[in-house]
Amino acid sequence: MSRRNRIALKAAVWVVCLLPLAILAYRAWTGDLTANPISFITNWLGDWTFRILLTALALTPLRIVTGMAWQMSLRRLVGLFAFFYATLHFSVWIVLDHFFDWHEMGADIVKRPYVTVGMLALTGLVPLAATSTTGMIKRLGAARWKRLHRLVYLVAVCAALHFLWLAKVGRTDQYVYAALVALVLGIRGWDAARRALRRRKQAFLPGLPGRTISGP
Amino acid sequence: MLIRHAPRFLSSEITPERLYLDRRTFLAGAGALLLGAADAGAAPAAPQGAPLKAARNDAFSLKDAPTKLESATTYNNFYEFGVNKDDPARLAGTLKPRPWTLKVDGLVAKPKTFDIDELLRAFPLEERVYSLRCVEAWSMVIPWIGFPLQALLKRVEPTSQAKYVAFTTLLDPEQFPAQRKGLFSLGGLDWPYTEGLRLDEAMHPLTLLTVGMYGQVLPNQNGAPIRVVIPWKYGFKSAKSLVRISLVADQPKTAWNVAASSEYGFYSNVNPEVSHPRWSQATERRIGELRRRPTLMFNGYADQVASLYTGMDLKKLY
Repeated sequence: MSRRNRIALKAAVWVVCLLPLAILAYRAWTGDLTANPISFITNWLGDWTFRILLTALALTPLRIVTGMAWQMSLRRLVGLFAFFYATLHFSVWIVLDHFFDWHEMGADIVKRPYVTVGMLALTGLVPLAATSTTGMIKRLGAARWKRLHRLVYLVAVCAALHFLWLAKVGRTDQYVYAALVALVLGIRGWDAARRALRRRKQAFLPGLPGRTISGP
Repeated sequence: MLIRHAPRFLSSEITPERLYLDRRTFLAGAGALLLGAADAGAAPAAPQGAPLKAARNDAFSLKDAPTKLESATTYNNFYEFGVNKDDPARLAGTLKPRPWTLKVDGLVAKPKTFDIDELLRAFPLEERVYSLRCVEAWSMVIPWIGFPLQALLKRVEPTSQAKYVAFTTLLDPEQFPAQRKGLFSLGGLDWPYTEGLRLDEAMHPLTLLTVGMYGQVLPNQNGAPIRVVIPWKYGFKSAKSLVRISLVADQPKTAWNVAASSEYGFYSNVNPEVSHPRWSQATERRIGELRRRPTLMFNGYADQVASLYTGMDLKKLY
């Protein structure tokens, strides 16, 4: 991909990822945030955090399934936007919902499993955002950096649980999100298993380089 | 930036009332046209939003300022229309509150099926400003218009075997879109919606059969044409669009309890000390206010109703 195309693609990601925030700001400006604005803002930001996180997690499976690779350079930017929205979602909870009532929030984190996993998801994103720079990748070394960033799988599972556990009976969208998490992680799992199997087969084929397997 | 501006949209939110009423009048008018086409010569339906006057009963009214009408008619839990708060306001045009009958039967000496207009003539209406506390930790202050359920129950004369009162909401997928069976309707509530009270709770003077609010005929999305309002219990106990009230001997099944018994008990009294298993009930957000406020025992009606529950473990019988 040419440099110009890459810049255009990233600009498009910026525009698309900032659009939900712009729409929210517009709705705030026009007084269109429902009768319970704080709840609406919280849900809106939560929904978009999850959608953007799923998008970031879908880029690798897209390569696995289709072989396309142009989207791989967008993972960091989309992932950082997921962190950005998660932070906003969390800030609204602290400032607008509980107005710095640390006691009540602390109790919620300990006692309410959906809050606990939500906090875990956000906490898990922090080291990923902190090590997202090229300099940090170099400092950590690619292998270690890669291992650290597998934390995002746990974040996705926590996000799915967060939604499953807070949704009331009768809703269905939480199942859709959980299914999408299972899908984007499942494709990775299937791909990893397939590659492991191939490596093993290669080990048994004479004349091909590969690991030798010892033991019975 | 966004956060600092938050208070502003609280005070200036939502469509002006006039526009909203126009829309509802239009829907009601459209409904009346359809009805007229199908059933020429029928009596004109009482339109939603038509004025309904009743003197305020101050002894049963909060002094707090009522929630804005627009909020009370656009932010609703009425799962027969959908699970989102704006579904009822968007979709309630399909509900036809006239003609309508309410059957009162079971363990009573004089069972009777009332026509809704007959009910309105038979019982004097009064206005009461109650707090409505949703189990989701938000609340509203609403001037309801209705009459005490006990007046109706006395009319049908419960027998000595009657210990509970069972409420049933209309079952009609034509009028309630979410009652239609669909691919994604798994795991929801069982229709029709059912609720229940102990007889002494039902006979309590606070328990109100409600036909209007804000000086108007009850809007469809708020449970037209007739619903019950039990202000010391979580909002879902106050069943909407009632077609049947039955006096029974055993504790009746209630919709939310059947769907998730660990989360929604039969009693469901507002109680800040007993959490929902998944969230705290200690505080609530009153719609229109920015800060949470503490939730009061029995939603502030402890003086009137606490004696109903003397000796009961309210943590177990949540």
